[in-house]
Amino acid sequence: MIEVKNVNKTFDDGYQVLKNISTVFETGKTNMIIGQSGSGKSVLVKSIIGLHKIDSGRIEYDGRNLAEMRMSDIRLLRREVGMLFQGSALFDSLTVLENVMYPLEMFSDKTPAEMQDRARFCLQHVNLEEKSFGLMPSEISGGMQKRVAIARAIALQPKYLFCDEPNSGLDPKTSLVIDHLIHEITQKFDITTIINSHDMNSVMEIGDNIIFIEKGVKSWQGSKEDIFHVDSQSLNDLVFASELFKQVRRANQ
Amino acid sequence: MNIISDTGKYFLLMRKVFVKPDRTRMFFRQFPKELEKLGLASLPIVIIISVFIGAIMTMQTQLNTSNPWLPDYITGLVTRDTLLLEFSSTIMCLILAGKVGSNVASEIGTMRITEQIDAMEIMGVNSANYLILPKVTAFMVMMPFLVIFSIAIGLVGGYLVGVFTNIITTGNYLIGIQYAFVPYYVLYSIIKSVCFAFIITSVAAYYGYNARGGALDVGKASTNAVVNSSIIILFFNIVITNLMLTK
Repeated sequence: MIEVKNVNKTFDDGYQVLKNISTVFETGKTNMIIGQSGSGKSVLVKSIIGLHKIDSGRIEYDGRNLAEMRMSDIRLLRREVGMLFQGSALFDSLTVLENVMYPLEMFSDKTPAEMQDRARFCLQHVNLEEKSFGLMPSEISGGMQKRVAIARAIALQPKYLFCDEPNSGLDPKTSLVIDHLIHEITQKFDITTIINSHDMNSVMEIGDNIIFIEKGVKSWQGSKEDIFHVDSQSLNDLVFASELFKQVRRANQ
Repeated sequence: MNIISDTGKYFLLMRKVFVKPDRTRMFFRQFPKELEKLGLASLPIVIIISVFIGAIMTMQTQLNTSNPWLPDYITGLVTRDTLLLEFSSTIMCLILAGKVGSNVASEIGTMRITEQIDAMEIMGVNSANYLILPKVTAFMVMMPFLVIFSIAIGLVGGYLVGVFTNIITTGNYLIGIQYAFVPYYVLYSIIKSVCFAFIITSVAAYYGYNARGGALDVGKASTNAVVNSSIIILFFNIVITNLMLTK
């Protein structure tokens, strides 16, 4: 569980991007942070990971306060964290298999054979075929890159998984596959997953706990079932602007 | 103010670079790759430039020192000492600052803008150490070999002038390159080149590591790396020469 308490963040130019945000990201659930572009959701995720230093407040990983940790402790904590980046962020110079083996080689005490087995297991878990293991990231599709990135993120059996726009640049079908993969992994391995997204289709598919950020303020939190009954124009705009709802509307008309 | 700020950031980065690697095994896996990529891959350009510069230096020196008061072997001596003292250790490093420096800056810069460095940091990897240390150490190890190779090839270039033209005789040239040889100059040349190898890779890595934005910014980082490392090399050339050659 990750707990965020009264977090404030101001940029160097004086713009306050996060305003007194408090929330809880529960274990075994896909926690989704939604909001329009520039609302502060990426800054919130980066602050939780520790890539941004917050002005005030607390960020606790199962009771461990990030602000009180030394850099060496943060490095240790990060070994419990998996991250799926918007652009996959696979290492260009390594093959698919080597990419997944990388965190194992850096931090596990497994033998090379055991590391290979673990990497293969992770890749098979995200439905990648053996023949793609030796390919370079540039030789595989965007959807496959995302899967490799998920496999790399779960290689060290993380307790926390962060996903930054996991469906960006993917077609709707592949997006759905990636969404379900993240959801399945979250439940199967009992991970605290935080997804930063503005894809409402994903939110409605896999969002267990949804946090809506508006101009740096947490303006709503709830489940996907509750989202239709919210008295917030901005959230309604976001929800009904999504392609899925447009299709539903068209079908109803 | 930018110079002060950049210098501070550079030393902070170096503090992250020069620590014990998270996994020594991974360092020793990267190290030979960098030896090959930064050192061996630079050999063709070193050979081509050295042979031609050696040849042209011999021709120019011979043509401009045709004087009965000067001994015939002077051309070989001047060619040797110029290659040894300045060309192979400094000018060659400036050329390699272009090749290796832009390579390092663009590679690390691309990793930065495609979030590969962020991915490492989030895994808990000391990305600066993992990416930069093998490059800096590998190039520092390879540089003396490249310099000695450059000197040798440059001398061969000068000899070829004697073989293929009648500007100078090979006999006079060979006497010249052996006359009044100071072995200390080789040490001076090697020490200088090792320092320059450090400057080239670390400055380029600094600009690449701090690149932000897109492809255009990686290009700018690469250009800044080459320009600034060249200026720093020229500055340290004076400092080292003053320390090692003046009495």
